[in-house]
Amino acid sequence: MQRIAVVDLGTGNLHSVAKALEKVAPGARVSVTAEHARISDATHVVLPGQGAIGSWLDALSGAGLRDVIASAIKSRPVLGICLGLQALFDHSDEDGGTTGLGILPGAVRRFTPVSDSVGPALKVPHMGWNNVAQRCLHPLWQGINQDVRFYFVHSYYVDAAEPVDIAGTTEYGVRFTSAVARENVFAVQFHPEKSHHQGLQLLENFVLWNGEVEC
Amino acid sequence: MGLAKRIIPCLDVDEGRVVKGVRFVDIRDAGDPVEVARRYDEQMADEITFLDITASSSARDTMVEVVREVAAQVFIPLTVGGGIREVADIHRMLHAGADKVSINTAAVNRPQLVSEASRYFGAQCIVVAIDAKRCADHWEVFTHGGRNATGLDAVDWALQMAERGAGEILLTSMDRDGTRDGFDLALTRAVSNAVSVPVIASGGVGELSHLARGVQEGGADAVLAASIFHFGQYTIRQAKEHMAACGIEVNMQ
Repeated sequence: MQRIAVVDLGTGNLHSVAKALEKVAPGARVSVTAEHARISDATHVVLPGQGAIGSWLDALSGAGLRDVIASAIKSRPVLGICLGLQALFDHSDEDGGTTGLGILPGAVRRFTPVSDSVGPALKVPHMGWNNVAQRCLHPLWQGINQDVRFYFVHSYYVDAAEPVDIAGTTEYGVRFTSAVARENVFAVQFHPEKSHHQGLQLLENFVLWNGEVEC
Repeated sequence: MGLAKRIIPCLDVDEGRVVKGVRFVDIRDAGDPVEVARRYDEQMADEITFLDITASSSARDTMVEVVREVAAQVFIPLTVGGGIREVADIHRMLHAGADKVSINTAAVNRPQLVSEASRYFGAQCIVVAIDAKRCADHWEVFTHGGRNATGLDAVDWALQMAERGAGEILLTSMDRDGTRDGFDLALTRAVSNAVSVPVIASGGVGELSHLARGVQEGGADAVLAASIFHFGQYTIRQAKEHMAACGIEVNMQ
């Protein structure tokens, strides 16, 4: 039986992530947890996150979870969502500059609102349904159409330094990294748990994933 | 391609039941928020907004349960407004499965709430709802469903709320609400031009062309409507098809 741990740092809406996983994996045990043993014992680890990255990383350290997460990232299928994507990188401009987990090279930058003669042309946060261009073949993209829209809500975006890590890109004023894949880790900027059928498909693909990639 | 303009059906909920007569042809229980939300989900709504109009504070826990049940079955973003007074209320709603909360009167009473909530939960889940009425050459902010004047200018207020960390403005014209005459496009344009956060236009939708005009003439990032969808006059999909035919990016998949 699959044991899916949704890492709970006390921020935001994790109920939806858990319910979406339960829907796509009725046979699995889904726990929303900060318990080390639960996370270490899980076959699949989901790292969701909302809010400010500084406090999120503080909460991760405060719960003593940095090593647990680092070890999961080395050994099992891990899905990062939103801050769970951004935190994987070296550095974020948020909160006056924040050092990330440094698992992937690259930086997290803020969208700059843009105005034209009519008014604001680019609103921040980037909020709503936008296209994701799949940049590689990956088990998590199976059954999901190229350029389909997912639900985004964020003010900072990932600028991945290694093209080989980029699994998906999205355009919003800039072309940013909306999905990354490296070995047993997959992470997305959008919210699959809020993205209708295509989001549930991605979650189902994750639950069925053994962590191997042919890209 | 690109970020789609959103269509958001809004449901009024009183003590856990959908009110204002939702009339789908073949719905079993039009008062059940879960069933109504599922219908809108099937019709490809981009988000759903619940407005809790429960008068008694003792019945407010009911809304938390409604959110919990809907969020377990409907996998699109949910916004909850009505009765959000403090950080603890926001925490309960987000924990139950809401993605955003909308704050109206409490923001007027204590603007600091918006700063605190945004810092704690992130701007992405804090919507400030503004009810505005035209007064001579500007628009004034009202609370309590348009009964109480605040003396605040709606455009200035929207700016101030965005600066305090609102991630989105839900802008309702009290002059148009319920008239089916279309959005107050000048109001929508004035607020949309002033703030750098997304603006949801609300109040007055009576036909599909109103939705498209809210985006094209009002500059709205999203449009919210109630009765044209509830009474089965149009489906969300028809609204999207109309907007797409007007050249607006919508999410049709």
